[in-house]
Amino acid sequence: MPTRNAPDVIVVGAGVVGAACAHYAARAGLSVTVVDRGPVAGGTTGAGEGNLLVSDKEPGPELELALISAGLWRELAELLPPQVEYEAKGGLVVASDEPGMRALRAFAARQEKAGVTGREVPGDRLHDLEPHLAPTLAGGFHYPQDAQVMPAHAAARLLRTGGGRIRPRLGEEVTGLLTGPAGEIRGVRTTAGEIHAPYVVNAAGTWGGALARLAGVHLPVLPRRGFVLVTEPLPRVVRHKVYAADYVADVASGSAALQTSAVVEGTPAGPVLIGASRERVGFDRTLSTEVLRRLAAGATALFPVLGGVRAIRTYLGFRPYLPDHLPAIGPDPRVPGLLHACGHEGAGIGLAPVTGRIVAACLTGDEPPLDIHPFRPERFADTEPPAPPAP
Amino acid sequence: MARTPADLVGAQPDPPFEITFDGRRVTALPGQTLAAALWGAGILAWRTTRDGGRPRGAFCGIGQCYDCLATVNGEPNRRACLVPARPGDAITTQEGHGHDRLAV
Repeated sequence: MPTRNAPDVIVVGAGVVGAACAHYAARAGLSVTVVDRGPVAGGTTGAGEGNLLVSDKEPGPELELALISAGLWRELAELLPPQVEYEAKGGLVVASDEPGMRALRAFAARQEKAGVTGREVPGDRLHDLEPHLAPTLAGGFHYPQDAQVMPAHAAARLLRTGGGRIRPRLGEEVTGLLTGPAGEIRGVRTTAGEIHAPYVVNAAGTWGGALARLAGVHLPVLPRRGFVLVTEPLPRVVRHKVYAADYVADVASGSAALQTSAVVEGTPAGPVLIGASRERVGFDRTLSTEVLRRLAAGATALFPVLGGVRAIRTYLGFRPYLPDHLPAIGPDPRVPGLLHACGHEGAGIGLAPVTGRIVAACLTGDEPPLDIHPFRPERFADTEPPAPPAP
Repeated sequence: MARTPADLVGAQPDPPFEITFDGRRVTALPGQTLAAALWGAGILAWRTTRDGGRPRGAFCGIGQCYDCLATVNGEPNRRACLVPARPGDAITTQEGHGHDRLAV
């Protein structure tokens, strides 16, 4: 039964990916209801640093997404108010020794063929870019396409676009999916009632696997925990997003064990953000002083000046990790009307616009901006755990 | 004549000593916080905001609001309402975050 004011599409998740899906769907003329059990950016979006990176990605499908998305972010920065703090600041990857530099050189050469601009910076020129960097580094690569945005504001401001076609419903948890006789999507059941629509987009991030389960399909999104250490407000002491070369290897690794690599960046508000840690410990929110100690040590090794300022707080979040490090984007052939837009791991802020563009194209029958086969959500069906025995 | 808190509780503090605020001599009693000593001297503001340079001093007085940040003996961002005054302490008005010299 059609409901009055029923939207064309329901997006589950008011993080930056859900907000971008809503934005591009609304731009395509669709009406969108965005449902989230919490507030806007209450999950992983609000727990990140807002990195829009191409520098850390190997050539391949994710880098293709990132390059398209970098261009879309530049467009969005014109459209959204200055509070989103978009900064085309560029990235600087540094190596401590010559073997590290050789690895960076080889990596950058492969990236260049894929459309990434990376410029080698010899050790004695690093201080032109970052005057506070430690004096002993061997060199680095400057990536001018890297940028940064304030992710919670970006999600909130994206949801305010759409000329009245986007309706957020916050504090309302999806408890089930409504389906028709052929198993096709008819809407969602929430803690506040039913919402009817022929399409549901799973933008539930790290909780996307649980939403898929409600739809009866397997999508193995796992949480990969990360901490961010926040300094007291400072003037601009770090100009770029600066990180150590081993970060790239950590991002690409699938290990469950704790990995930390130094990632340091300033913010327009003043505090310097220090990452990055990765560990698979489920949804454990316990503070880990060991992680914080390693983050602080890594950051002060790169920027000794940070040893003289205070860290005032820390926050943590759970990256939505899929086993092949690629997101799930597009229609799910197992449930007509269900689309996925989740599993972006640590790159969700950067990849949000291109994800929104793909989802909008799928909804309207347009051509997506790239081949989305690598992101097909049913690709993990073979890894499905056996169903529990009937009681 | 108004009674002071020290009168009201019958306090018998040790002898007062001097601290300075932007070079001006201020008398403090042992056990007083910097904010209390400054207030006692009629000084209400010892920091300017990062945006707009507006004056700030003690607000909550119990270490929670971070409005009373001051530069104490060259170290910025000390909460004046919590830091006990010690003889010779030099408090200086903190401009914004107090870390201008680190800017690049």
